[in-house]
Amino acid sequence: MENLFRNYEEAVALILFSIGFMTLLFHKNLLRKLIGMNIMDSGVYLFLASMGYIYGRRAPIVENGDLSAERYINPVPASLVLTGIVVSVSVTAVMLSLSIRLYERYHTLDLDVIYAAARSRREHR
Amino acid sequence: MSIRDKLSALLGFDIDFDAPVPPRKTETAAEQTPDEWRFSRRIMRAGGRRLGAIYKILGVICSVVLMSTLLLTVAGMPRYGVDQEYMDTVTYEYISHGMEYTGAVNIVSGIILEYRAFDTLGESFVLFCAVSCVLALLRADGADSEPERVEYRDISCDPILRRTMRAVVPIVLLYGAYVLLFGHLSPGGGFSGGAVIGAALIMIASAYGEDVSGRILTERVFKTVTTCALSFYCLGKSYTFYTGANGLHSVIGNGTPGNILSAGLIMPLNVAVGMVVACTIYGMYRMIGQRRF
Repeated sequence: MENLFRNYEEAVALILFSIGFMTLLFHKNLLRKLIGMNIMDSGVYLFLASMGYIYGRRAPIVENGDLSAERYINPVPASLVLTGIVVSVSVTAVMLSLSIRLYERYHTLDLDVIYAAARSRREHR
Repeated sequence: MSIRDKLSALLGFDIDFDAPVPPRKTETAAEQTPDEWRFSRRIMRAGGRRLGAIYKILGVICSVVLMSTLLLTVAGMPRYGVDQEYMDTVTYEYISHGMEYTGAVNIVSGIILEYRAFDTLGESFVLFCAVSCVLALLRADGADSEPERVEYRDISCDPILRRTMRAVVPIVLLYGAYVLLFGHLSPGGGFSGGAVIGAALIMIASAYGEDVSGRILTERVFKTVTTCALSFYCLGKSYTFYTGANGLHSVIGNGTPGNILSAGLIMPLNVAVGMVVACTIYGMYRMIGQRRF
């Protein structure tokens, strides 16, 4: 348990992830779902960034030609976060445009109403 | 035997190319009769209440289980910020030999544009695909279905905004160019620099309104710049991969680490990626915010 408090940054990252997950599950508005997904993404970035951090070391940019690995933090998670950010931006853009299309068709962003409208349309076809 | 006959034989039924295309249904939910609405609402309410309760209980259980599993995992992980055993040989290799092999002072930049260059190319293509999807989804498809304009408060005539933008935008653009060009020497790189430049373009567009923002980046310019940048990335990286894998001499040297013209292709590739990112972000803003390029 004390290890949980010592790893507080990872714990906060995963709590953020869970908050985003719950937003995704319990909100009916499409835009809120989208925000929940972005919160989930932020949790993942924070988790990755905190995995690479080591106390007392500096960012992995070579200073004065010092190449000893004991001076710099782990550069691999930093390069992995980049992929995550790019994918999240793309997914957000595509989801936004899909929501716009849905709004134009059904004049609402509430998923339940959209389902109801789609179902009644199917029944009446 | 004509192409049409061949196709028909292949598919097993006759194709009529000249048949008129059925008109697209442009019915919206608002056009449905109120009766239909009430009917579907009633179905939703009758089945929905019980289902909704079950859904909520299951959702809470699911979230609690997920959260406790994740937190248990964190409790079992190595301590935060202490020298970790998962800092393995790959990391040591990157730090101690990265500058020598790639010529980049910024080790992360060296990783993403030399060791993992293929991955970065994939990321650029993900962005490109996303903006293509946005274009395909939001483009007004024909004269008959001009999207209804959503009324939003036009802030573009605000003199305070314009003054501020006139002062701020050049600085932001300069900063973006700096981050792009010094990506191999200092924090930054193609994606972050491109995002800054894209933000500056969005600032101009929001301060100066429709007529100016349509002229900053027309669709033609967007296509040309994106395609050229991605092709340059492909060709340049193919060359270095080919020479590197076959032990051939490459004309692109690493130079002296720390100089602006060093680190082989990293700086041009950063600029190419930055172009793609800036165009993509501005294109997404235009398409999502104003529904036209």
